[in-house]
Amino acid sequence: MAVVPKFVGERIKRREDPRLITGTATYVDDVRLPGMLSAIILRSPHAHAKINSIDVEAARKLPGVVAVLTGADLKGKLGSIPCVAPAEHIPFHPVLAQGKVRYVGEAVAVAVAANPYLAQDAVDLIDVDYDPLDAVVDPEQALADGAPILHEEFGNNLVTRALVPNPAVDEALAKADRVIKFRVVNQRLAPIPMEGRGVVAQWNPGTEQLIVWTSTQIPHLLRSALAGVLGLGEHRVRVIAPEVGGGFGCKLNFYREEALTAHLSMTLGRPVKWIERRRENFATTTHGRDQITYLEVPIKNDGTVLAIKAKFICDMGAYLQLLTPAIPGFSGLMMTGCYKIPAIAFEQVMVFTNKMATDAYRGAGRPEAAYIAERTMDLVAAELGLDPVAVRRRNFIPKDAFPFATCAGLVYDSGDYERALDKALAMVDYPKARAEQAEARKHGRYVGIGVASYVEICGIGPSAMLPPGVPGWESSTVRIEPDGHVTVLTGISPHGQGQETTFAQMTADAFGIDIDDITVVHGDTGIVQYGVGTFGSRGLSVGGAALMMSVGKLQDKLRKIASTMMEAPPEQLAFTNRTVALASDLSKSIPLKSVVDAAYGWKIPIPGMEPGLDATSFFEPPGCTFPFGTHIAVVEIDPDTGLVKFLRYVAVDDCGNILSPLLVEGQVHGGIAQGIAQALYEEVVYDEGGQLVTATLMDYAVPRANMLPHYELGNTVTPSPLNPMGVKGVGEAGTIGSTPCVVNAVMDALKPLGIRHIDMPLRPEKLWRAIHEAKKA
Amino acid sequence: MYPGTFEYHRAASVKEALDLLKQFGDDAKLLSGGHSLIPMMKLRLAQPAHLVDIAKIAGLGQIAEQGGKIIVGAAATHSQVASSELLRNRLGLLAECAAAIADVQVRNRGTIGGSLSHADPAADYPAAVLALEGEFHLESEAGARTVKAEDFFLDIMTTALRPSEILTQASFAPIAAGAGFAYLKHRQPASGFAMVGVAALITLDRKGNFAQARVGVTGLGAKAFRARAIETALTGKPADAATITAAAAHTADGIDALVDIHAGAEFRAELARVYARRALQAAVARTKA
Repeated sequence: MAVVPKFVGERIKRREDPRLITGTATYVDDVRLPGMLSAIILRSPHAHAKINSIDVEAARKLPGVVAVLTGADLKGKLGSIPCVAPAEHIPFHPVLAQGKVRYVGEAVAVAVAANPYLAQDAVDLIDVDYDPLDAVVDPEQALADGAPILHEEFGNNLVTRALVPNPAVDEALAKADRVIKFRVVNQRLAPIPMEGRGVVAQWNPGTEQLIVWTSTQIPHLLRSALAGVLGLGEHRVRVIAPEVGGGFGCKLNFYREEALTAHLSMTLGRPVKWIERRRENFATTTHGRDQITYLEVPIKNDGTVLAIKAKFICDMGAYLQLLTPAIPGFSGLMMTGCYKIPAIAFEQVMVFTNKMATDAYRGAGRPEAAYIAERTMDLVAAELGLDPVAVRRRNFIPKDAFPFATCAGLVYDSGDYERALDKALAMVDYPKARAEQAEARKHGRYVGIGVASYVEICGIGPSAMLPPGVPGWESSTVRIEPDGHVTVLTGISPHGQGQETTFAQMTADAFGIDIDDITVVHGDTGIVQYGVGTFGSRGLSVGGAALMMSVGKLQDKLRKIASTMMEAPPEQLAFTNRTVALASDLSKSIPLKSVVDAAYGWKIPIPGMEPGLDATSFFEPPGCTFPFGTHIAVVEIDPDTGLVKFLRYVAVDDCGNILSPLLVEGQVHGGIAQGIAQALYEEVVYDEGGQLVTATLMDYAVPRANMLPHYELGNTVTPSPLNPMGVKGVGEAGTIGSTPCVVNAVMDALKPLGIRHIDMPLRPEKLWRAIHEAKKA
Repeated sequence: MYPGTFEYHRAASVKEALDLLKQFGDDAKLLSGGHSLIPMMKLRLAQPAHLVDIAKIAGLGQIAEQGGKIIVGAAATHSQVASSELLRNRLGLLAECAAAIADVQVRNRGTIGGSLSHADPAADYPAAVLALEGEFHLESEAGARTVKAEDFFLDIMTTALRPSEILTQASFAPIAAGAGFAYLKHRQPASGFAMVGVAALITLDRKGNFAQARVGVTGLGAKAFRARAIETALTGKPADAATITAAAAHTADGIDALVDIHAGAEFRAELARVYARRALQAAVARTKA
């Protein structure tokens, strides 16, 4: 009899991939229903304008056009697109513009027709009379006197102001040997999932039920929001996230088009499809980052950082999406990074501008924080003439200090920052790299070594940490089917992360069965118990913990039943090789299938037990997990062209125990790519009038493989005490470590020229100009 | 993503394509690889009522040697140009340039005739065809004419092609044995187009001086151009770094440099000088004296 192997910890290929790479997966656009109509949206060409009138007559008369709607048709019928994060000013967020448009791409009208070509023809016939208004694009100008006001009812462009004062910071500033002051910009980025957004809605007038297929990370939360906007009971709404081609945070949201498509299906009585185009994706899917931070850092001459004082100006865009004003908070709370900095104070000014809303994007507030912390360490080193590694060692939280309560009020679960740093230094051979750099500098070459030691916050989290309406727990149902196969229903909603593989590995080992005996189901509110979703690197640490709870319940039940069949106490039984066996003597076993038969057949009832093998659990995490690591980049700048070339890229990440090594590596690869993209390439650019300049992939520089380094990966393992697997999460770590690492490397390369800081993205022109001007001086 | 309504015509011959052009006039557009036209149509920035597909015309994609000239048919894809044995051996600069265009998918669809006729100011081919002193064969109902590459590119996306004409092939004198050449470009990081691209083709005399130098520059200004000032500065001078640097300093003279988010005018002009220098150095290194 074949022995069933162990799966956890093995390099298992993703079980999702065959269908993805053979074109047999079903994305939203693959959903085709009888009688289905297509919707195309007319979008604002203006950043800010008053709508005088909209003439839809010609569009409505076009043969084949079923409906043309404007904001006037929806007024009073649909609620506001919700923002659940608290803010001083939360404007009404209409599904179609009401009298005014506030960013390029804002939805103004919609045409519905038999196919998208006809719908586009109809949209082209809609005539909108606009009065263009001045736009405010620069967030630092949003609160200036005379700035154009987006939402008149508030009297200004303030979203909210968060103030975290601390007198200890002022004391530190007064008594410090030195104070370094600088300004950093985390530029606006576009998440760019391979699959854009898309919605199919089907209203069944007979059952009065609505089914919505949508490309989302949060089907259950979305169902709640959608039901609210439509005024339907949640029991009448089923949301299905079919195959989702990436999200990176931008699908941790609820959008106008989801409400609009559902409304159209309900009013027209036919299924309606809306599929986002790439230009729409750039203009109307949430952006990330867009924070400007002014920093004052009091230090001692030995490199000790005494405090950080920060003022953030955060560009929220024109409206607030689901979590928009919640994101900057993480940047403030996490800006002490891996360091035992005793005091922070910060002010965050969040403002409206005539741009698309910002919201979560891979890292969501923590990349900004890590950038602040790691640029601080390098600027301290530059100020004092110290090695950046030494400055980090001086300020690290020591490994015996965990769990560590930070001055921001967070509790870091576990960590050993020096070990990850040491490993990365060994991998890159730091002394040799520095010697080679010194030699290169003698020949006029601009070689730089950048170090970034990051820590971030994952496994979010205790529900109290999240805004109302967004819980932090996660759910699972595990069902052993009558034939012994297992169905896992998880409340998370993987969209590329690969938990169909990881959860199957975990479940297989727990029951001693094969990975192919298990199906992992997610993303359908009609099938899966209420769940929260996939974001914040929580899938495994929170969703996996919920899975293990249900698995444990069924293990207990199987052991009790087997105990009656084997005359052995339940606690002495183990699951192996598709049997239930005596742990002390695995040869004494009965087939697992016979135990399953007993549970379902129920010919011999067990007192105090219900038949069947089905368990549901909800896991509320006791705290957040804090993955960490050190990334080191060695780069060379071509002074004539400003191009940055990677010579080495070493990443040592600690995400706790590793269950799926291949998936962890994949996450780190992708994360580093997106982090490097922020450092060197990507930026959403609006011009002064609020026109979106980077509206296509011909202008917005998503890196290609040849623009990225060869990754040399390592890891340390510091388990988290907060979940049974000891895992921390790795979905965002690469993004968070790599951005400051690369910027530090480039700045190190420019150090001989006296250059200390250049804002991202470090485009060739900026570097060339800096070098050119420094040489002239 | 959803073009307006149009009628599609597949021409079986150049004559048929010309007839269709005549029949539909301004309502017709020629379609070859479709890599510029189709995106414009999907955005409805172009809405031609008739598409005349010339990509399948027999022989229009041929690459051959005829009467001492190398002929490259308009419908030859960038991949075909890059991988053609004949071109790699006798017209290496054009093959090298084709290999530097965009990515594999684009090279497999896009055609040399389409690219030259579109005349994007940042396209790669114009630099090479200028340095190679190519000649373009234009056909119309009225007959055929030949236009030199240098007279073909007039302005941004504007060429000497008349609405009733089809660019059917380009012809080139093969590169002389012993000549050195290089095409180097600074890629726009999003599109892969040339922020600047420089094609250099040079021969040295027995003393190691520049006997002849031809330099084509793309991406810098509204149209690709021959950098005559460089060529003059090089000819007869020793093929050393000082000569090259001094000559390359003239690359952007008198050119109104393009500006976008990736490069302002000053930087683009500097890139042109840098890539001209490097292309010339690479070309010299590859000469076989």
